[in-house]
Amino acid sequence: MGKVTIPIGPQHPALKEPESFAITLDGEKIVHMNVNIGYNHRGIEKSCEGRTYTQAMYILERVCGICSHTHATCFIQGVEEIAGLEVPKRGLYIRTMIAELERMHSHLLWLGVAGHEVGFDTLLMYSWRDREIVMDLLELVSGNRVNYGMNVLGGARRDISPEQAKEILKGMDLLEERTKYYIQVASEEVTLIKRLSKVGYLSHEDALKLGTIGPTGRASGVDTDTRRDDPYAAYPELKFKVVTDNHNDVYGRVIVRLGELIESYNMVRQLVNNLPEGPISVKAPRKIGPGEAVSRYEAPRGEDIHYIKANGTEKPERVKVRAPTLANVQSVAKMLENGYLADVPIVIAAIDPCFSCTDRMIFSIKNPDGKATGSMDWKALREYSIEWHKKQGVDFSKAKIR
Amino acid sequence: MIKPGAMLREVLRHMAKKPATEQYPFVKKEKPPKFRGKLVFYAEKCIGCNMCVRDCPANAIKITKKGDKQFECEIMMNRCIFCAQCVDSCPRKALEATKEFELAQLDPKKFKVVYEAAAPKPVENTEKKPE
Repeated sequence: MGKVTIPIGPQHPALKEPESFAITLDGEKIVHMNVNIGYNHRGIEKSCEGRTYTQAMYILERVCGICSHTHATCFIQGVEEIAGLEVPKRGLYIRTMIAELERMHSHLLWLGVAGHEVGFDTLLMYSWRDREIVMDLLELVSGNRVNYGMNVLGGARRDISPEQAKEILKGMDLLEERTKYYIQVASEEVTLIKRLSKVGYLSHEDALKLGTIGPTGRASGVDTDTRRDDPYAAYPELKFKVVTDNHNDVYGRVIVRLGELIESYNMVRQLVNNLPEGPISVKAPRKIGPGEAVSRYEAPRGEDIHYIKANGTEKPERVKVRAPTLANVQSVAKMLENGYLADVPIVIAAIDPCFSCTDRMIFSIKNPDGKATGSMDWKALREYSIEWHKKQGVDFSKAKIR
Repeated sequence: MIKPGAMLREVLRHMAKKPATEQYPFVKKEKPPKFRGKLVFYAEKCIGCNMCVRDCPANAIKITKKGDKQFECEIMMNRCIFCAQCVDSCPRKALEATKEFELAQLDPKKFKVVYEAAAPKPVENTEKKPE
């Protein structure tokens, strides 16, 4: 039988977000895989340029529902660097605490999704029930379950009261007990081990070559963690170890994430117990710059990078987001090589993809003769988009740009 | 030790327990004190500095001058992203985030909430009903 190429996505029951994979099969075996991104492009980077720094922070917080604090903090760190703001210690501690609580809820969510993708729905139900503990803590501290809005230019927006600190510590004990139970399940449950071992194999060399980051890379023995390598916020004062594993497969990724959860509980305990006194934020100017900054941040999924260019006005001149999934998504093609079609959902889910973070326009506009025109400036791009929308029956030629 | 059915005991243990699911529309959970819900506007406190309008990421607030030191506020609840930055930006605490969150609406006109202008002195119960 010859080779068959089948499309998976953009709409597919196994994947929650629209993304397209073209998979070439030889029988059940995958020969080659192509990843096409760009279905969720929302133009967030461009829309930041038309907004003030405070407004842009809220837009960037909505890049991703799960790592919302990640993007807001990464952006605000860069802006503070340009403005030369010295954030008070207490503000940094609160920021870091929310970051670690966010990592917990992201990893517990991932554990449930991974269980669901391999048909172990019992794990999904129990891990998501336990995730509610950390969601309730986030709601208690920030006011809302997602999109916490805990950042402000120059510090944290809300303080943490002693009662809340007590609640957080209580929640950590409960969560640690539950996570230890999941670690026990992951090391004992034979169906889980057999289903995940040697699935989505990514050797250490390949992981380095493809530049994988975060838990995906750490499960292949790539010992990188921005929290330790380039410490920001309150991480220089925290004691933690970077969890790595040499299983190189999906099972290794489960172990790394469960290990990171335990580290996160310890980190939050350290933060709550050593919370310094003092103000939580400093007053920030409305006009920032001129200057530019690259900000690094360890998101639950890997390293997040923001580039900010300020020109001395109230609005940023350029904001660039490199979400962790963009660095990891190409490794999926390598992981699935010589794998089976039935492993596609769990291997894709194993990098904890967030396609709405990742998606950006990669699009070459062709001349009538079929050759690419190269790059376009904003004015030409706008004219092109007006023409394109006219063909769809919408006239944007009179629309104003903010 | 590798054994099948590692979660079996946990599952059986929960058979005698109540479900973890919250019975939402029937039993409502108390919202935390910092919850950011529907905005309310106190017209008598507003000084018309427009800081809320400048900081709103969603262009959801409109302040119009109706007379000497009297300002009308129009909040588009369908645009609001409930970040409550306007509440933090307001120097006179003329805006407040309430705990009301059940704001789904079939009629799009009802999303627009207008708080009529009021005299600047503090008067009890000046909050006007939505149109």
